[in-house]
Amino acid sequence: MGVMKRVSLVFKAKANRALDKMEDPRETLDYSYQRQLELLTKVRRGVADVATSRKRVELQMNQLQQQANKLQDQARKALSMGRDDLAREALTRKASAQSQLDELQTQYAQLQAEEEKLTVASQRLQAKVDAFRTRKETIKATYTAAEAQTRINEAFSGISEEMGDVGMAIQRAEDKTAQMQARAGAIDELMASGALDDVGGRRDDIQSELDMMSANSDVERELARLRGELTAGAPKQLEGSSGAPNGDAAAAQSSQASQGYQGPPQQSEGPYAPQYSPPQQGQQPQQSQQQAQPAGLPVADLPGLADEPQDGDGS
Amino acid sequence: MIVRILGEGQFKVDDAVAAELNQLDTDLETAVERGDEAAFATALTRLLAQVHAQGTPLPPDILEPSELILPHEDSSMDEVRKLLTDEGLIPG
Repeated sequence: MGVMKRVSLVFKAKANRALDKMEDPRETLDYSYQRQLELLTKVRRGVADVATSRKRVELQMNQLQQQANKLQDQARKALSMGRDDLAREALTRKASAQSQLDELQTQYAQLQAEEEKLTVASQRLQAKVDAFRTRKETIKATYTAAEAQTRINEAFSGISEEMGDVGMAIQRAEDKTAQMQARAGAIDELMASGALDDVGGRRDDIQSELDMMSANSDVERELARLRGELTAGAPKQLEGSSGAPNGDAAAAQSSQASQGYQGPPQQSEGPYAPQYSPPQQGQQPQQSQQQAQPAGLPVADLPGLADEPQDGDGS
Repeated sequence: MIVRILGEGQFKVDDAVAAELNQLDTDLETAVERGDEAAFATALTRLLAQVHAQGTPLPPDILEPSELILPHEDSSMDEVRKLLTDEGLIPG
């Protein structure tokens, strides 16, 4: 005898044993119906449990993804500051977070599949339970001892197989959920230990070193700005050669660039160019302020314009 | 003939297909007896594919026991062994 037949016989044997326990056949119907309703509740709770577990994993996956992104940014920043060692450390941690993420993704998919299966199983069981209830009422209404036993047996074995199947499906889902929860717990611990670098938690070592470097380069930038201000503040230089401030700024930029910092040049070049062109155009009105006021640019604005490089550069 | 795939529900399969299923079932049984996990997986996959291809799903509100019951797709050999024992996986 093959496997399939034997499995079906095992199912039937279970159903028969349950039937034999009942003295009054009608009792069997009611008792079985009660158990069906219990199983329905159980399978629905099973679906909810799997869904809860799936959501927890989803949350954890988001956290890990954020962490991986953050570490990627840190690596990029470290690299731009010429700190290959820091970049390497950040990327190593990112790889670790990523591998956890990949594992979770696989298990998440399994959990999702389990949830779908269980949902379908619960719908199937519901349909069978409804059919059983109808049959039960009919049998009770037309009850004659002679035929009752056979018809009850038919109805009972028809549904008990489904119940056995659903029972196993619930068990499987519970096992998968338990595995998943164990895994999720382990990842929580790993995150708490700092091995994956805690997002939004305490400041990690990579970040603090980057911050320190960034603070140092802020000082350099401030220095360059002040230097630029001093040279720009001399009015003779402004009138004599409008190119001079730009040249100074460029010098300051190149000194920053030599430290491997690429950010400010684009930023400071913008403010300087337009800021120094108005004085050139404004030179004429300034000289002939009284005679030709309407022709010129708003003279009163000029000092303001000249001030602007300082404010703009600070940003 | 009604065949159940555990976790999937019941299928109505033409009796003519039964011979084919029985042959595959023999392969499955041999694999279980020998403890050959690879052969077991192959036989089970083919068996399930055959039922899917030849069978039509039975409406869920029909209360009929199945003549044949198949393990679900990702069953291990160990699970199937337990299915075959009375005390095994099937809840009382």
